Amino acid sequence: MQKIIDQLAVQVQADLEKVNNKETLSAFWQEYLSKNGKVPSLMKQMRNVAPEERPAAGKIVNTFKAQVQAQYDAAALRIESEAMAARNAAEAVDITLPAKTRSVGALHPITLVKNQIIDVFAGMGFEVYDSPEIEDDDHNFTRLNVPKDHPARDMQDTFYLSDELLLRTQTSGGQIRFMDEKPLPLKVLIPGRVFRSDSDATHSPMFHQMEGLVVDKNITLCDLQGMLDELVRNLFGPEVRTRLRPSFFPFTEPSVEVDVSCFECGGKGCSLCKGTGWIEVLGGGVVNRKVLQNCNVDPDEYSGIAFGIGIERIAMLKYGINNMGLLFENDLRFLKQFQE
Amino acid sequence: MKVPFSWLKEYVDIDITAQELEERLFSCGFEVEELIHMADGMDKVVVGVVTEAVPQEGTHLHICKVDCGEYGHDIQISTGASNVYVGMHTPAALDGSTLPGGIKIKGRKLQGVMSNGMLCSGTELGLNDDLYPGSEVNGLLDLPKDTIPGTPVQDVVGLNDYIFDISITANRPDCQSILGMAREVAALLNKPLKMPAIDYTCTAEPDDSISVCVEAQDLCPRYLAHFVRNIRIGESPRWMKRHLALMGLRSINNVVDITNHTLMEIGQPMHAFDLNHVEGRSICVRRAKPGETIVTLDEKEFKLNENNLVICDAKKPVALAGIMGGLNSGIQDDTTELLFECATFARDSVRKTGRALGQSSDSSSRYEKGVDQYSTELGLKRALHLIQELNCGDITTTCFDCSDGSSKERKVITATPARINAVLGIEVPEQAMKDILARLDFEVVDNNGTWSVSVPRYRDDVEDFPDLAEEVIREYGYEHIVPTFLKGASVTNGGLNTEQKQQMSVKRLLAGQGFYEASTMAFYSVADLDKMHVPADAPERQAIRILNPISEHLSIMRTMMAPSMLNIIVENLKKGNAAGRLFELSKIYIPHSLPLTQQPDEHMTLCLGAYGPEEDFFTMKGAMEALAAGFRLKFTYERDQVCYLHPGMTAAILCNGKKIGVFGKLANEINAELEIAKDQKSNQNIYLAELDYEALSGFFNKDYHCTPISAFAPVKRDLALVCDEAVSCGEIEQAICKASALVKEVKLFDIYRGANLGEGKKSMAFALTLADASKELDAEQVERAMTKILKDLKFKLNIELR
Repeated sequence: MQKIIDQLAVQVQADLEKVNNKETLSAFWQEYLSKNGKVPSLMKQMRNVAPEERPAAGKIVNTFKAQVQAQYDAAALRIESEAMAARNAAEAVDITLPAKTRSVGALHPITLVKNQIIDVFAGMGFEVYDSPEIEDDDHNFTRLNVPKDHPARDMQDTFYLSDELLLRTQTSGGQIRFMDEKPLPLKVLIPGRVFRSDSDATHSPMFHQMEGLVVDKNITLCDLQGMLDELVRNLFGPEVRTRLRPSFFPFTEPSVEVDVSCFECGGKGCSLCKGTGWIEVLGGGVVNRKVLQNCNVDPDEYSGIAFGIGIERIAMLKYGINNMGLLFENDLRFLKQFQE
Repeated sequence: MKVPFSWLKEYVDIDITAQELEERLFSCGFEVEELIHMADGMDKVVVGVVTEAVPQEGTHLHICKVDCGEYGHDIQISTGASNVYVGMHTPAALDGSTLPGGIKIKGRKLQGVMSNGMLCSGTELGLNDDLYPGSEVNGLLDLPKDTIPGTPVQDVVGLNDYIFDISITANRPDCQSILGMAREVAALLNKPLKMPAIDYTCTAEPDDSISVCVEAQDLCPRYLAHFVRNIRIGESPRWMKRHLALMGLRSINNVVDITNHTLMEIGQPMHAFDLNHVEGRSICVRRAKPGETIVTLDEKEFKLNENNLVICDAKKPVALAGIMGGLNSGIQDDTTELLFECATFARDSVRKTGRALGQSSDSSSRYEKGVDQYSTELGLKRALHLIQELNCGDITTTCFDCSDGSSKERKVITATPARINAVLGIEVPEQAMKDILARLDFEVVDNNGTWSVSVPRYRDDVEDFPDLAEEVIREYGYEHIVPTFLKGASVTNGGLNTEQKQQMSVKRLLAGQGFYEASTMAFYSVADLDKMHVPADAPERQAIRILNPISEHLSIMRTMMAPSMLNIIVENLKKGNAAGRLFELSKIYIPHSLPLTQQPDEHMTLCLGAYGPEEDFFTMKGAMEALAAGFRLKFTYERDQVCYLHPGMTAAILCNGKKIGVFGKLANEINAELEIAKDQKSNQNIYLAELDYEALSGFFNKDYHCTPISAFAPVKRDLALVCDEAVSCGEIEQAICKASALVKEVKLFDIYRGANLGEGKKSMAFALTLADASKELDAEQVERAMTKILKDLKFKLNIELR
């Protein structure tokens, strides 16, 4: 019996090596392991074995059968994984081919910068107030301490719509409207479009400003700088700091021009900061007592700080835009470069 | 404001460099826009002594040997100037030198002879006779014999000087003069200020026949006049010519120069009338009479009206107040008697007259910024002193002072150190405050801690204690401010309100649909409405006009957004951007009446534009549907007509039955007129939408409660229907929905046209979803519903089952 099995084992081994696909695998099974296959058939030859040797022979046959079955299973597994690998290889794609998608659009960089500033101040408790673009002389100038003959009116070239109505030259008029409407204390941002009859490489007749106003008890110039430090760190990076220097705005006293340390060179001097280490970004100051009085706020009890930011200026600095015109041309090649 | 460093030093002992002063000025509020060195880059141009000058035969040249001290005692330089002579001291630009303006000089052969540089004329060094006498002679500049060879020539001719071009803020008109800036510099450096001399003696006989009156005191708060006899017109001294030259002015004669010098030095415009040309020896300051005319110094004639302030003699205007003198009343070479005018005119009067007449001068620009009465008094005294110093006239006692009576005393402000510090938020020591204020000419009287601070008369801008706080901190230094984070402030609630948040949601949703946010101008032109074929009687034509537009194409406030959108689409096409989607959420301006008497309706409007080969009516409709879905709204659509849209591809957008906007394809006629290349035009697909954002946002649902999901399975049925071409999908959908409450959804999935259906017929296939939230539908119920639907379709729309 052992002899027969040994002969068969050699045969099995030879055929097993030939198994390389599903067809040959199934032929192998048919040949050896099916009901009438050569391995189950060994049992039929038990008749020729002496009865006293039968248990031992049966054992040998069974062991051999299990061994062939295991060999078959291993081959089947190998064939299956080879087939899967072949399929996977056939299905592989060039992953660098273009994506199939409807391209997404984007918000305008002005909106992005505006939102970023709002986010900083919203956390400090600032409301956001929308004020009319077509303003009267009273809100745009007079109550902001710019009387009719004041030379500060010459600082701004105004578009007039009638004797009394004009396109606001600054968002500051919103300060007056907000103080008229809301109870104290208050913190407010007034973003919006403003207009000046000025048009050249660095001026657009329409641009965007963001006004900030705090009116409360015990507000000081130190608070203005602290607040603006927080803003510029958010806009330009944690290392950036502000510098105040004297300036003039009719609605604030003292008035300051606010520079930020150059975020490009860290203050060493580069082309962005024109070698000075500082970049002018906004103006502000302590609210003029007359402006508070003009809004029926008692300047002996309350004080305020205010600032105004040019959004275009910030966007240009932040995104490295060298030509303001790009912000108004709406060229898709430009707009596509921005995402939140 | 231009301020020469050397002139400034005449009043203040400045012991720091120009560059250091620039920085100090910057930190106290005076930004130096440009620090100009007079030598303008001049380098290696030195005093040379001509030791030999041999004419070169056959040429106009002299071959010279020049002693240039340390640079060489025997440098050979050829010159074409005929005034060269042996022993001449003259500027020599050496090999490798630079002339003003950056012109490089190199040694080279001239007519075959090596010339190691160039001998220079005064004009080649950027000089004129006023800056350095003799500069304008034809030929080499003849320098004094005591100049040392090899000395940089800028040191010899006074070009080693700086001009500070300082930007002066509108609140500091007092600094629009050399003296004004000197006051600031003296305070800044804590040095004494050397005031210019203002003393004079009246030596000549008075003249009682002269009269001066001011009728329009509101426009002329102060008018001073002084009579000077025996005028001796002549040349100004060298120092005065140089002062004027540094400021960019040419010397005219001693008297005219004195008025200009006073303007620059004190900041006070002056005028000198030749009394022989003043009729009736009388001066009257009044409003012009309608129709009066004047010919000014520059020979321009102006027709005047009662808004113009004029200086008149007994018969006619002889000067436009504060702007320019008349042609015949000014100083001439034969002038013998003059009346100096030194006045304070109201700044807006000068500005308005100047603007209205289109006439301006150094004097008017000074008045527009504001002239204080202190300077008016000082200016006249200084001018009279100079008359005497220059010995060009004899001063009389005949003088006039017409005042509106406003105080000539100093303004007094009450303040406490604590209040000043409360503005700043830091503790500036009391003594430091007092020192700073004293340096700036403020007088502090301390009454037990309450200060009475009297303000210098030239500081009209200082009104209250916060102004003092600014004076203190700009001298004390802003670096002392310690940033605090709203230390004393109350807690307030911040952030965007619901409407503002919704606007951002709309923007983000549209960006998600492939739209890029645009930012266009709030104004455009009437031509932009024409381009959109807006009818003459359309309400959109009622636009607000800008009274002073920059140009016609930015002259009306927009009444619709589509023109702005179309413009930017066209611009993108021109730039080769073949396809794109854009939107803008912005304002249109609807007047309640015209001409404008009240603030108009600034109406929020949403405009969308989509163009390119992949766009069609239904991609745009898809964007609308996305917008509706994003806010849980349901839009319906009706055929509509809009002037700028295709008549067959225009839809009104309705929400809850209310029209909130339109969209459609750009009208073929307008497309044909677009200013883009023909090949681009023919396959251009432009779609526009304009929505009344305020109407739309009115439907945005603030609160939403979740609907439970039905436990009962819906039933799906398909219907293929045959109908007339004219029947719309919407009509069928509506009829199906109305026929049975069980219908939850109707969706078209196929349209078929073919000969087998017959002429003018089409087949439309719909997928229906039927359900009942409360129970399982049984077959009978579904059948009843389907029968009803088919019956309704037949009855209402003559539709058969296919």
